[in-house]
Order: sequence, then structure tokens, then C-alpha cells
Amino acid sequence: MTRNSRRLVSVLAAATIATTMAACGGDDDSGGGGDSSGGGGDTGTAADNEATGPGMTEDTVTIGSHYPLTGRAAPGYSEIPTGVQAYFDYVNANGGVYDRQIEWVYRDDGYNPTNTSTVVRELVLDEEVFAIMGGLGTATHNAVLDFLNTEEVPDLFVASGSSLWDDPENLPYTFGWQTDYESEGKIIGQYIAENYPDAKVGLFLQDDDFGEDGERGVRQYLDDDQIVEVQTYTSGNIDVGPQMAALQSSGADFVLGFNTPPYTALTQLAARNLNYTPQWWYSNVGSAPDLVGSLLGAFSQGAVSGASALAGIMTTAYIPTVDQVDNPWIQLFQRIWDESGQEGVLTNTRVYGMAQAYTMVQALQAAGRNPTGDDLVAAVEEAGSDWRGPSFTPFRFSTDRHAGISGMSVVQFNDQGVGEELTPLLVTDTGDADIEEYDGEPIAPPESGIPDEEAVG
Amino acid sequence: MSETQTPTGEPGAASDDAPSTATAAANASPARATGRRSFLPRLTLLRHLLILVVGAALAVLLLESTELNTNIKLGNVAYLAVAAGGLTLLTGLSGQISLGHGALMAVGAYTTALMLDVERGDEPPSLFLVFLAAIAATTVVGALVGVAAARLHGPYLAGATLALAVGIPGLALYFSDTLGGEQGITVRPPERPEWFDNAVEQLSGASGRGLNDKWVAYIAVACLLVTYFFLANLMRSRMGRTWRAVRDQEVAAELAGISLGSWRVLAFVVSAAAAGLAGAVLAIVVQLAAPGSFLPVLSLSLLTAVVIGGLGSLTGALLGSALLVFLPPWLIDIGRDVFDMEEAQASQASFVVYGLLLVVTMLFAPAGLVGTVRLALLRRRAARATAAAGGR
Amino acid sequence: MEQFLSLTLGGVVSGSVYAAFALALVLIWRSTRIVNFAQGSMAAATTFIAVAVIDAGGSYWLALVVALLSGLVMGALIERVVIRPVEGGPELNAVIVTLGLFVAIQGIVALVAGVDERAFVPPFSKVGYEVREGFTLLSLSPNSIWTVAAVLVTMLALTALFRFTRVGLAMRASAFGQEVARLLGVRVGRMLTLGWALAAAVGALAGMLIAGDVSFVGPTFMDTLIVFGFVAAVLGGLDSPIGAVVGGLLLGLALNYVRGYLDDSLLGMASLVILVVVLLVRPGGLFSTTAARRA
Repeated sequence: MTRNSRRLVSVLAAATIATTMAACGGDDDSGGGGDSSGGGGDTGTAADNEATGPGMTEDTVTIGSHYPLTGRAAPGYSEIPTGVQAYFDYVNANGGVYDRQIEWVYRDDGYNPTNTSTVVRELVLDEEVFAIMGGLGTATHNAVLDFLNTEEVPDLFVASGSSLWDDPENLPYTFGWQTDYESEGKIIGQYIAENYPDAKVGLFLQDDDFGEDGERGVRQYLDDDQIVEVQTYTSGNIDVGPQMAALQSSGADFVLGFNTPPYTALTQLAARNLNYTPQWWYSNVGSAPDLVGSLLGAFSQGAVSGASALAGIMTTAYIPTVDQVDNPWIQLFQRIWDESGQEGVLTNTRVYGMAQAYTMVQALQAAGRNPTGDDLVAAVEEAGSDWRGPSFTPFRFSTDRHAGISGMSVVQFNDQGVGEELTPLLVTDTGDADIEEYDGEPIAPPESGIPDEEAVG
Repeated sequence: MSETQTPTGEPGAASDDAPSTATAAANASPARATGRRSFLPRLTLLRHLLILVVGAALAVLLLESTELNTNIKLGNVAYLAVAAGGLTLLTGLSGQISLGHGALMAVGAYTTALMLDVERGDEPPSLFLVFLAAIAATTVVGALVGVAAARLHGPYLAGATLALAVGIPGLALYFSDTLGGEQGITVRPPERPEWFDNAVEQLSGASGRGLNDKWVAYIAVACLLVTYFFLANLMRSRMGRTWRAVRDQEVAAELAGISLGSWRVLAFVVSAAAAGLAGAVLAIVVQLAAPGSFLPVLSLSLLTAVVIGGLGSLTGALLGSALLVFLPPWLIDIGRDVFDMEEAQASQASFVVYGLLLVVTMLFAPAGLVGTVRLALLRRRAARATAAAGGR
Repeated sequence: MEQFLSLTLGGVVSGSVYAAFALALVLIWRSTRIVNFAQGSMAAATTFIAVAVIDAGGSYWLALVVALLSGLVMGALIERVVIRPVEGGPELNAVIVTLGLFVAIQGIVALVAGVDERAFVPPFSKVGYEVREGFTLLSLSPNSIWTVAAVLVTMLALTALFRFTRVGLAMRASAFGQEVARLLGVRVGRMLTLGWALAAAVGALAGMLIAGDVSFVGPTFMDTLIVFGFVAAVLGGLDSPIGAVVGGLLLGLALNYVRGYLDDSLLGMASLVILVVVLLVRPGGLFSTTAARRA
């Protein structure tokens, strides 16, 4: 059974439930898509809107972020804010949140922490954003953690799987979003231990927290003697030949990569040129089938299509991807992207941005009609774990946890480059938390395409 | 005024040993007769003190009359200018090129980050000590590099220092257990004293949000003033003249008994000390020491600031540093707001314009901004003198 | 032993790539005593022109010719328009001009072509030869042989040009003493322009070889090469094409051993150590022809 059809069934089931719930609930609003309401249960009107402080005026709410739009990290990542833009435009066209238009302001930091520190201050002090959302990068965002928390600016959904963001005691305003690298490593490690007990595993790691956290997770489930080789690379050094040769000569027949998408393409090519054919597994960050497929497609010279260049490769997923054309979320995002009239096609990075924007709208709805920054943070802590959206499994948000999505599923690409699910949805946590099957189901998007969360408190 | 007397004064230490070094230099020089007294003409010292006081007053005025966001940008200008000032001494005075000063800043920044990286609740060492340590550590690295650099010229030195610019950030990745790897070491901003809040409130009525940034900006600017005071005196002193001789008249200088090598190393050491302080300030301004902040492009930017501002002039270095900080965002704003570009497009376009501006400046103002203004003034004075002479 | 062999051959290939880049720097240094920091983004620009040709259905070879020609034109234009005015001026001014060009051209490439990486298919297969059952040498492939050969041929051609042709002689004369050359009837200006044009064409070749070697191109794909290419040129002594190639190979080998036996992150430090050691023994680089002249 392919991932698509399985999802579709569950989605249909969930959709029915959702409709029924809505019918029974008898909320007076039009599902967030109406002209006067942003959240379920809210009975106010635009006339009740008040400016509450920086970034929250009577008719606008300003959200800001930082991305690498130029420089070596720009490929791929520079598309995320355009996805966010498309989704916010869509929400705005449908009345916004609590009759406020969302203004989306993002700045280029060139992936240099010094620049991040400057542009984020500009966003907070000059542009007076209400919150920062989806700031990208571990090192870059690390530079502004203290500033945002001292200035009490909500710092939601940092776009990196580092475990740094989950520290409510010291960083009460900062929240993660995507599944952290360590949890992902655990899920991968367990799967390999159970299904490939005889595999000789080689690790290919980016030499930063991404690779380290991933390795820590994997090693919780794989014995040290099953991991026969560990190779690292420094981002920017494009020759991975020596690393691939070392993995090959170590006898590794299962290579697990915690790397960025360009390195997926580079390792695939290097291995092909070495006639090295292990089983491949790339962590979610590196899988990017659309990007990698298009890069690899050019090399197959007709022998194989771009998509099938990925055939057999395994990965992990926590939100739907563009190859799942039947997934209702992808269909929704496709429609929104087309309507936004921006250049380019829908990509996984844009889906990522849209999914984050969806969560942001949920947070704004839950925060109530006239929230302060503290209200927004309280809303995420209180209600965040109940929000459902594009992500397969829920968030771990609570007053003592600021960690994002809790689980993933294991996926293998078929000959058409479409991911097929090998496991049910698995949820886990950092440290020695067990890996469990998720007992819920992914949900379908609301008909309006806009969430409809109750205001808390 | 008290703001500028924050405990950052590394010159105390530095200028203490300056005279002894000067004496050593004097020993080497046959023209020593007058000894210490002539190290620096008294008038120059007084003039520099006056400029220092005026500069401090202007700085307070500037910091209190601008937005918080500009405050922190001025902090950025300050640490870039500290490093550029050191580079001015090295390149403008002693004639050695360095494409690796960004790496020396990294040494200062990491020293600062490591020293301030104490358990929450524990008292970190005083900022004064931390800055001294940062300067000391960078001076040691600078001396090592300087010894090698003293033997190299022009492009060879450029190549070696460029390799340094790439090499040092790599060490932070290799020794990631102590140096934090790619994500770096976060630096907790220094606690601001209570009197500061009161003083600021008195001055401009600012309070509440962002005062930490303001405090850091004051520290940065204080470091800048103190460094420039020290550098300006040094450049005007006999040591400055010796360096000029080393640069312009190698053979004559050597015949006069000046050891070219030691003077070149000394220039490198002094400018490394400045870079170390700059890195320390960067660490508290950015609140992070991470390799991504010290890419070769930082070193190249410093050189750009020095040359565009006007080689050999501290004012030029300051002006060039201000351009580095204020020009690119301003260009992006124009692209976004005037030409209605997408953010990414505006960003790229700003690089194009920035690069072309560098080229155009060099074509039409080859002496840099300060140099060109100075030349124009000189020319006018000369013209006036000629006219006056002709009229008589 | 196998790893050593494959690292060595890999070092030769990446060394040739550094050498190609270094050759371009050396040509410019010889003619105008300027280190061209814009070399990397100029080569990226010509490579993107080549990519456009390939996208339009052209073959690799047509694209290569177009890249080389556009390199010639770009080099000549840059020399005439922005380098000529700073020639003979303070040496740092020329450095800043090339830095400015580096930033501007990279920005233009990103604006025109976008920031995303593109696949770049090399002219020959990159599948390594199988030395024996189960052991493939990645670095010994038809394409790596083409890369190394192209660099060696370019080096020989340049050496021959300087040694045996009138133009080459005139170029050398202009480089060493403009006044004397002018008195001898050499049109110095033209020679300098020719030097830049040739250098940019060699740079364009380097760009094409590098693109084929790494398989992907983006506006910043030459950035790391700027450092290592420069180090290679300096190692060789900046004045001789042979020096550039030897410097490139030496650096390529050393860095590949570091990569294989130590760690990627030490590459910068390794190149620094190599450079300092070599320069302390020979301050003018390995193939410096002129003894250090003073005053």
C-alpha cells in the first residue's frame, strides 16, 4: 500500500469526524475563512480590536524572520519565506486572523550569525514585529536567542531540529517546530536494528549539532560494532569522494546520512562513480526528493528518470511532501501556491514554509483577539499540543516543553520517486524516552484551508 | 561622560609598556640623543586628548539621539573600526597587507566567549579582565603569525594571511568539544550597572526595552575611543616614523640600524592586539562566537574599510567601517521600498551596487574618502597661495 | 594502501583544478602585478553562460568554446574599463577593485540565474575504473583524465606562448619593464589587455573543469577555489605557469591526505601550514625566477 492511498483513507476518515464535530459544535463562525472571525468560539468583531503593543495594531499583526537569501546556504532555504508569504496572503485574502492582516517581514542574514544579530534587532526594534517565526539555522538563530528572550519577543518555530530551542526555563519565549535530530536518529536507529540486524552501517555526518544529535540518537539503538565507519564533512567542501571511498572500503553496506540536500546528490554521484551500492538512508533534511531528483536526473542521461534516481532510498518524514500529489494538504498548498502568483513551482521547502505559517495562524487564533506577546506564548504552551495540521503527529508543547513535532514515519522511495511508508507513525522524544506507535491519525485540512482554533483563556 | 570611562581601558597596560619599547627602539636608532622626551611631542598628546574628549562627547550625543537599533549598529561600527584601526597601522604605516585579520578577531571572540561561559548563577570574570585576556591571546597568535609574515611580501603575505582566515574558523569545528563547533558558544551580555540606567534616563529618557544593547554599544564605543587614542599617539610617535621608514625606505632604514624584521613583527603584534579587542567586543555585541561570523569575507571587508576610507588614516578606517555597516542595509531598503523588489532580489542587487561602488570609488577617489578630501583641501590651499602670490 | 592510492589520485585531480585556477591568477600577476580576486566569480559567470548554451541544446564542447570566448571578452573589457585606471597606482587599490568586481559579478550571476544549484554534466563519464574486483578508483575516470590533461596542455601551451612566440615575448617584456618595452616598440597597453583576456579564458576553462568535477554549479560554487587557487599560485611563485601547476598539485595532494586521514575542517589550517613552511624556505615561492630585488 503506498503512502498516498493509506494517508488518503485516514484523511477521509478524519475529515468526516471533523465535519461532524464542527456540525455538533455549532460555532458561529465560518471556519476561519469568513470575513469577521479568526478563531473558533470568538464572538468579537473588528470593532473590538485594540493595539496591544509592538506589532499588534487594530488591523495588522506583523511577523518577522531571518533566512539565508544569499550566499552558500541560499539554495533551497531562500524559498521557505515565499511559501510562508503565499499562505499568509491566502489567509489575508480570507479576512486575516481576528480581522487583522498578517504582515510578513523577513530579512537576509546570508547565514552569518553577525548579520542575524543585526537584522533581527532591526525587525524587533525598527519593524516592531509581534513575533519572530521560523528563524532559520542553528548557529544563526543561536545568536539572537538571548536578545529575543530578554526583550520578551515570542520566538516561535525555529527552523532547525536542534535541541537548543527546547529550554523553557532559560528561554521561555523560544519554541521549536520540526522533529529534533536526536528523536529522528532514535527512530532510524531502531528501524535499522530491527529490520537490518546484520547490516554494517556507515554514518555520513555534517560536522555540527545536526550530525552529532543524529548520531547520538542512532547510537541509542545500534551497537557500536554494527556502526563500522563514521565519516564527516564540513559544509562548503564539495568533494565527498574521500569520504565515500572510506565508507566503501570499510565494508559498510548501509549508509545513513545526516546531511543537507546538495550532499545527498553529491554522495549519490560519488557512490555511483565508485560502483558503490549500499542501502541508503538520508535523514529528513537531506531527502528533498524534488531538489535531489532534479539534480541527479541530469546525470542519468535517459537511463533513469530524475525521480527514479532515488528509488530504494529510505528517509523519514514528518510533514507531507510534494511527491504525494494525492495528499489533501499538498493539494491545498498547491492551490494556494498557484493562486499566490509567485514565480517558481511548489517545492518541499515551500511546503515547509506553508506548514509553519499554518501553525502560526493556529497560534494567533489561540492567543485570542487582542493578545500580547506573553499571551501568544501562553497559548502555544497551553493549546499547542492539541493543534493538528499538516504535520503527521502533534507537537510536544506544554509549559515545561518547547519541543516541536514528536514523531515521524519511515519512508522508502519507489521507482516513481514516490515515498512509500514502511512503518506506522512513530513518536518518541529526546533522551531515553521509548519509541511508540502514534495512536492517532493525520488529519485532513479544513475545507477553508484555514485553521479554526479556539482562543484559550 | 562617565560612560566612556568604563572598565575597558586596555591602554593602561599597553601604554605602560609603550615607553620601554620606545626606549628599546631608541637604542636601536642612532638618532636617539633626546631619549624619552621626544617619544611624542607634548602638543600632539594634548591634541589627541582633546580629540578623545570631544569624540566621547559626540559619541554620547550620537548614541542618545539615535534609535536603539542604530545604537547596536554603532556598536558594530565600533568593533569593525577597532580592527580596521589596527589594520591601518599594519597596512598603512608598516606597509604589510593582511587578509587574515578576521581570523585574529575570532581568537579574541573565542577567548571572550570561553571566559564568560560560566554556569548560570556563577559570577563571570570582570569584562576588563576578559578583554585583557582576549587581547593577550590574540597578541600571542599575532606574534606567531607576525614572525612568519615579517619575511613575506605583497601577494605572498596576502596568500598566507588569507589561508589564516580560512584556517582558524576551521579549528572551531575540529575542536568542537571546547569551541562549540558550527553553532558556536553563546555569550551572555554583560550585566549593566544600575547607574547606567539612571544616567541614560537623565540623558535621553530612554528606559526599559533594549537597554542592554545600549550598554553594550557604550562599551564598544569606549573601546573604540581608547584604541584610537592609543593608535593615534603611536602613529605620531617615533615608532610611527620608524614604521614609515621601514615601509618606504627599507635600505636606508636598515642602514640606520633599524631591524626591519622586528619592526614588522611589532606592527603585526600591535594590530593583532587591536583585532583581539575587536573580536572581544564582537562577541558581546553579537552574543555568540561561531565560525560563521569569521568567514574570509570579514577579513576582506576590513581591508575594504581601510582602503575605501583612506589608507593610513584612522578617520578613514572609522568612515570605512561605518560604510560597511550602514551601506548594505540602506541599499537593500532602496531596492525593496523604491524599486519594489522581492527581499531576496533586493539583497542580491545590493551586493551588485555595493561591489560597483567599491570599484567606482577606487577609480574616482583613489586616495580613499579621507585622502581625497585632504587632497582637495591641499590643492585649494595651494591654489589660494599661488593666487595670493600672483596678486602681489 | 588502497586508500592512499585513491587519495593520491584524487589529490592529483583536485590539484589540477586548483592549478587551472592558479594559472589564471599567474597570467594576470605576470601582466599587471595584480592579484585578481574576481577570478572566481568571473569563472562562475562564464560557466553559467555555458550552462545557458547547454540548456538551449548546445553540446558541452560548444558550451566550452562559448565559455572561453566570453572569458576572453570579459577579461579584456574588465582590464580596459576598470583595471587600466588603477594600474601602477597603489597596489591595494587594485585589490579593492577586484574585490568589488568579485562581489558585483557574483550578485549579477545570482540575479540572472537564481541562487539554486544546477546539475552540470561533465563531457566524459565519471565512473571510476575498476582496478580489481570490488575496488574502484573514483579518481581514475575518463573525466578526471580529461581534467588533468586539459590543465597540463594549457600549461604547456602558455609556456610555449611565452617562450617561443613574438606575442609572448612582448607580453613578458611589458610585464617586466613597461618603459623599456615601450621603447622597443611593444604596444604595452594591448599586451596588458591580452594578458587579462587570456587569463579570463583560462579561468573560464577552470570553471568548466571544476563544474564537471563537482557536478553542480551555483553562483557561489567557485568560492572555496578562490582561497585554494590563490594559495596554489603563491606556492608556485606567481610568476611561472609551471609553478602554478606544481603548486596546485602539491596543494591538492596535501589537502586530500588531510581530508582522508584527518578531517575536512582542517583544510584551511593545512594550507596555511604548507604555505608558511614553503615560503619560509623560499620566500618567493617554489618557482620564483627573480631573486628578491630590494630598493
